[in-house]
Amino acid sequence: MIYDVAIIGGGATGGATAYHLSRYQLNTILLERGHEVCSGVSKANSGIIHGGFHHPSDKLKTRLEIRGNHLMEKLHQDLHFPYLKCGILVVAYSPDELDQLHKLYEQGLANNVPDMELCSRKRLFELESKLDDSAVGGFFAPHGGTIEPYRYVFALIECALKNGVSLKCDFQVTAGNFNNKYWEIYSGDGRKIKAKYIVNAAGLFADEVSSCLGGENFKIFPRKGEEYLLDRNSAGRPSKIIFPVPVKHSKGVLVIPTAGGTTMIGPTAEITDDKTDTSTTADNFSKILTLTQKMIKGIAAKDLITSFAGLRPIHESEDFYITHDSRMPALIHAAGIQSPGLTASPAIGEYITTLLHDAGLPLIENPAFDGTLPPLPETATLSDEELLQHHQNDPACTNIICRCETISESEIIAAVKRGHTTVDGVKFFTRAGMGRCQGGFCTAKILQIISRESGIPMEKLTKSGRNSRILAGKLGDLEVKL
Amino acid sequence: MKTDYDVIIVGAGAAGLAAGKICASANLNTLIIDRENRTGGILNQCIHNGFGLKYFKEELTGPEFSCRLAKQARDAGAFFALNSTVTSIKKLADGTFDLRVLSRENAVQHLHCKAILLAMGCRERTRGAITTPGCRPAGIFTAGNAQKLLNREGKLPGKSAVIVGSGDIGLIMARRLRWCGIEVKAVIEIMPYTAGLTRNVVQCLNDFDIPLFLSTSVVNINGKERVSSVIAAPVDEKRQPDMNKAFEIPCDTVLFSVGLIPEMELARQLGIKENQATGGAEINSNYSTSVPGVFTAGNVLHVHDLVDFVAEEAEYAGKCIAEYLSGKQINNDFNAAVGKNLKYVIPNRFDPDTDTRFLFRPLIVTDRAVLTASVNEKILWRKTLKFVRPAEMITAEISADTLPGAVVFDLEESK
Repeated sequence: MIYDVAIIGGGATGGATAYHLSRYQLNTILLERGHEVCSGVSKANSGIIHGGFHHPSDKLKTRLEIRGNHLMEKLHQDLHFPYLKCGILVVAYSPDELDQLHKLYEQGLANNVPDMELCSRKRLFELESKLDDSAVGGFFAPHGGTIEPYRYVFALIECALKNGVSLKCDFQVTAGNFNNKYWEIYSGDGRKIKAKYIVNAAGLFADEVSSCLGGENFKIFPRKGEEYLLDRNSAGRPSKIIFPVPVKHSKGVLVIPTAGGTTMIGPTAEITDDKTDTSTTADNFSKILTLTQKMIKGIAAKDLITSFAGLRPIHESEDFYITHDSRMPALIHAAGIQSPGLTASPAIGEYITTLLHDAGLPLIENPAFDGTLPPLPETATLSDEELLQHHQNDPACTNIICRCETISESEIIAAVKRGHTTVDGVKFFTRAGMGRCQGGFCTAKILQIISRESGIPMEKLTKSGRNSRILAGKLGDLEVKL
Repeated sequence: MKTDYDVIIVGAGAAGLAAGKICASANLNTLIIDRENRTGGILNQCIHNGFGLKYFKEELTGPEFSCRLAKQARDAGAFFALNSTVTSIKKLADGTFDLRVLSRENAVQHLHCKAILLAMGCRERTRGAITTPGCRPAGIFTAGNAQKLLNREGKLPGKSAVIVGSGDIGLIMARRLRWCGIEVKAVIEIMPYTAGLTRNVVQCLNDFDIPLFLSTSVVNINGKERVSSVIAAPVDEKRQPDMNKAFEIPCDTVLFSVGLIPEMELARQLGIKENQATGGAEINSNYSTSVPGVFTAGNVLHVHDLVDFVAEEAEYAGKCIAEYLSGKQINNDFNAAVGKNLKYVIPNRFDPDTDTRFLFRPLIVTDRAVLTASVNEKILWRKTLKFVRPAEMITAEISADTLPGAVVFDLEESK
């Protein structure tokens, strides 16, 4: 079989492209190097749907950000991933930041960001009473918010698969050649895929993928961001996303009310040379804590649940690098998709489709396309009446497995049925294990359910595929030397 | 299933069972709710012995201890709702309570009662909460999670382990891992003394030649997919690591035993006054909280060293609930507070006209100390103590009419 399009990378960019291409009569395949989709850059995303005022309008990323922000609402209605439309508050915490704040506001106006509101100090505190007293001014952009990035990517890809897209995981592209008709793409384990066009959405590894396909030379620099997650009971959870006035290379350290109900503080922004380095450091926590405590009242170290780090894939232009390859035909790069990549991703999917069409890919609408998924009942948010109704067909919906996040057995079964057979996969699909006990109470139960539903023995289950086994065997397997 | 009770107890661990036994014996209509499919709570995974020496006057394993207590509660007439998760507690206008309970069997129910005992126990502090830096591969567990996987599921968490922190569960797990053939490379404790009981240091580490590094911190965890090593370094008095003396310990598993936190979240919506030093509620001498009708005991009140103390305390709380429901008033006239070298005192208010048992958590390690109680800066009571350790609770029975006002307790090392 020769696919029309092979998308390399199952993150937000690859997922949105697959979703968009599934509108047309095409054979598309998505290739993911991880054991499950959304296991790279998009997984450690802070989930912000940006407002479109952070970058000048001559940047590609700005145009796609504004279009993506607009498209996100419809996708949310169709695919039902959690989306907290809380708006964004940019706050100046000293009078000398006001100049820069106004420039940012003017930039938003120039970018045609709708409904922005310049705020007096009084108005700021009306919008967010938890602001630190030092706040002097700011502006409010109501059309921004937070999503659960992994749920968004999972939903895009689930819907794409429903509309005929194929998926191969653990497929790390190591070589490819073009024979004037189609590409042959090879994975490290010897598998081969044929496709007429390639979309390179390989995130941090887009440069390496280009080079192994004989494409042009460019370089992706990882820029690390550490994030810290606070308990859902934290007094420091704001009602809006709180941005400081930005600094060079970074939108600054933020206070983010996540769509899941917790609070995130961060990120840092540090250049690293290791594309697999997602370690966190002790110094950065105290730095971020100190910074955010000066922004929002009630942020406390005692509420810290966990920390994680993600790597932003940076192209030297500091813009998105979405283009036809200059050397090889039928190869399109979607590289350098750093912030606001998540926001822009629905628009990136559209844009890449246009580029594919420019390169000769015929686009015939698929009349059977259904871009929607049924909503998944979430026990934590259901009323008594709704629970009683669901319970009639599905008694597991009131059997609570994850106590901290109130996640039911039904939700975990739903995750496994959609192919999430790793502990992280289930965690990112359901939030089970994301709360304050970090799986201390529910890990054993979750392992049992995954094993029962997937048929994989408990000892073989992994955290995130490959050699990340959770267990080392069963009691009696090891020789005891006392 | 009935929906109205005199008292509902949230949690069927040692505290819930012991209090349930007393409430049911006092002819109160008593329901004990638990999320798990059996009573006993964390005791079910504590298959080692050492429980019950005080409470049952014989040495038992955790499951034996909880089974005995559950039988006593059942025989006394307590009702049980297992596999049931309380998702909210509300106080109604008439002073009674509404509990929303989810279960596979009964979907969603609302239960009512006149008094509540919070007996939810505690949870383990995690690696994330203490910001141990490094990677996040598979092979990192809290000690209790590993204990559950091993003792309840019969699964091995790894083959060679480093234990971070010297809490009792960590010490018990060090020995348990050795008995399963898992190598224990080190127990690493940031403080200059162990967090667990002395008897556990002797029986679980010394007897097995497991190295204990005091005043040492884990400064990094390595491993992309599964843990490959930890980096440890000695710390100075300010707990800052000396990176020049850092050393690497290869291992595939890291267990964290770095403290326990009362699981109070469910009770937050009741607006109970909390005690920053314990993480539990502030209480009166009858174990009632700042919300009339809500009582608390066991590890959700403050973290205990021995389950025997939990059961004793909860029995007393059960007796106080029965008195409260029979209309007895108490006069919690005065505050109790801590001064030097004590982390907290329980209860926070007391009745000067009755005998009161005070419990303390010391902050110092010493072999001789004096505990004093002062009213208006005048010492009115004192007790000499031998062998003071933060891991071991101090108890003081103070008789009626000794303390005629707000009291401050101090602990002084004596030469």
